[in-house]
Amino acid sequence: MEGARSSRRLLGRVAFYLLLGLIMIYLIFPFYWAFRSSITPDNDLFTTPVQYFPESPTLDNYKQVLQDGQFTRALLNSAIVATSVTVLSLAIGAFASYALGRFKFAGRTPVLYIVLSMTMFPQIAILGSLYKMVNRLGLYNSLWALILTYLIFTLPFTVWVLTSFFQQMPRELEEAAYVDGATPFQTFYRVLLPLTAPGLVTTGLLAFISAWNEFLYALSFTQTPNNFTVTLAIFRFEPSTTGGFEIAWGRIMAATIIITIPLVVLTLIFQRRIIAGLTAGAVKG
Amino acid sequence: MSQSTVDTGDLVEATAGRRRRGALSSEQTKTAWLLLIPTLAVVAFVAFIPLIQTVYLSFTNDRLASARPTEWIGLENYRFLLKDTVFRDSIVTTVKFAAITLTAELILGLLIALVVNSSFKGRGFTRAAMLIPWAIPTVVSARMWAWMYNDIYGVFNDLLNTRLGLIDRNIAWVAEPRYSLWAISAVDIWKTTPFVALLLLAGLQVIPSDVYEAATVDGANRFQQFYRITLPLLRPAILVTLIFRTLDALRVFDVFYVMFGARRDTQTMAVYAQNNIVAFSDTGYGSAISVAIFLIIGIFVIAYVTTLKVEGS
Repeated sequence: MEGARSSRRLLGRVAFYLLLGLIMIYLIFPFYWAFRSSITPDNDLFTTPVQYFPESPTLDNYKQVLQDGQFTRALLNSAIVATSVTVLSLAIGAFASYALGRFKFAGRTPVLYIVLSMTMFPQIAILGSLYKMVNRLGLYNSLWALILTYLIFTLPFTVWVLTSFFQQMPRELEEAAYVDGATPFQTFYRVLLPLTAPGLVTTGLLAFISAWNEFLYALSFTQTPNNFTVTLAIFRFEPSTTGGFEIAWGRIMAATIIITIPLVVLTLIFQRRIIAGLTAGAVKG
Repeated sequence: MSQSTVDTGDLVEATAGRRRRGALSSEQTKTAWLLLIPTLAVVAFVAFIPLIQTVYLSFTNDRLASARPTEWIGLENYRFLLKDTVFRDSIVTTVKFAAITLTAELILGLLIALVVNSSFKGRGFTRAAMLIPWAIPTVVSARMWAWMYNDIYGVFNDLLNTRLGLIDRNIAWVAEPRYSLWAISAVDIWKTTPFVALLLLAGLQVIPSDVYEAATVDGANRFQQFYRITLPLLRPAILVTLIFRTLDALRVFDVFYVMFGARRDTQTMAVYAQNNIVAFSDTGYGSAISVAIFLIIGIFVIAYVTTLKVEGS
């Protein structure tokens, strides 16, 4: 009787870990495949049957990708665009979040509704007029076009998530500051902003990731390789040497791994904060 | 006598306080709007004005960099849109894609959330690993999968045909119309299911454990507990995730453009709009498509915003 129960529990445990293992394989296998393709020389990559473990691993693909000026240029471009957009969104959005999170004022609710609906604004809906605007301002095929237009999705999201961070702070803090004769701006800079540092990190990270990953506007507003961002570089990957093969999959996979690594590191370090920020942004009830 | 003096004093004090508070609140309103100006200005400049202009353009024959002057043509673009079979096909493709991915992502996501919700060694790592597919660019996941789908050297054909013999020939998963929509859906499902699972997990963790303990005492088995407790209590989280994902699926662009380009039989509404605007420079007609997409998505956004309670959050 005891034995039967414990063996049933063991069976349940085995089934559970089997399921968990399947899930992990499902999550990780595509990354493994990209990695194994990136370290497989072309002669082994384009043979059948497929090698599941590269027999003669090499870093040649990485060397070629990193020596290719276009790809490193794209990495730099993406870093410039994503950093600028993040800093701008935080700088502008923090003020608005402070107002929405800490003040009671006429018009607060409509503004919150506008911000919330803006977080879901479909970028494609204004592509035509943005395309014209970017051309008219002489920003076509420049990083400025991206920095400006990316604010559409980073700023409302930043405001929405930061507002919830501001709301969570105890009221006594600023009351104490007011009693000491501080103005709202002093209260904001000296008392509240330092305390929202975790919120700023979270929202900044999310804004950075979404700007780093953007594709539609980068595709539509830039034209020459010197202005490509990483997503565009991966999409239009044309290495100088294709080695006689139609598509240089080994190099492409090396490039995807290079782009993925910083995101993996950031995600693993900040996973708790990211999840908190995303749930604040998405499941705010 | 002294009593009354005190009273009057209190009264004066109280009135002054009320006045001060009133002044403070109008002061607060002023400060609040001052703080909002930069954000509202940016939103107006990059979103509202372009939106109004898009609507205007949709009533014109505007073309980018064209010598011909832009003319108001009324509903001509919309009349054409209603007869445009390519657009109709793109709606069908988008809706099919949304239906396939949403169903799979919710079912798989719920399963993963339930597994990860129980306690085991390495739970923290698993949760972190679940974020990674979400964090990488869609272009990257599309490229990774396109290579796995390769008809000659791809791992799927090698596994299913060469090794296991489950299919009798190598399949061009992306190119063959029979499989392409399923193939592309699988990419989105892989990338988004873990994220859906994390949202549902957040919902699961709010359910107090004593509800389950009480159910166990009452003799309810695991499945009864799932149907009678977990599902009903998870409803709000499921609803929000569903609407959230619907919006994303309806405007899907990246994965389709990277895997198919502007292929006529498998393009989404967003791909069709972008192609008209950028490749054909047809900003007038492209804007009409954009407005149509905006209206379709707008209906869902209104549903979303009214479902969530903004006030008091």
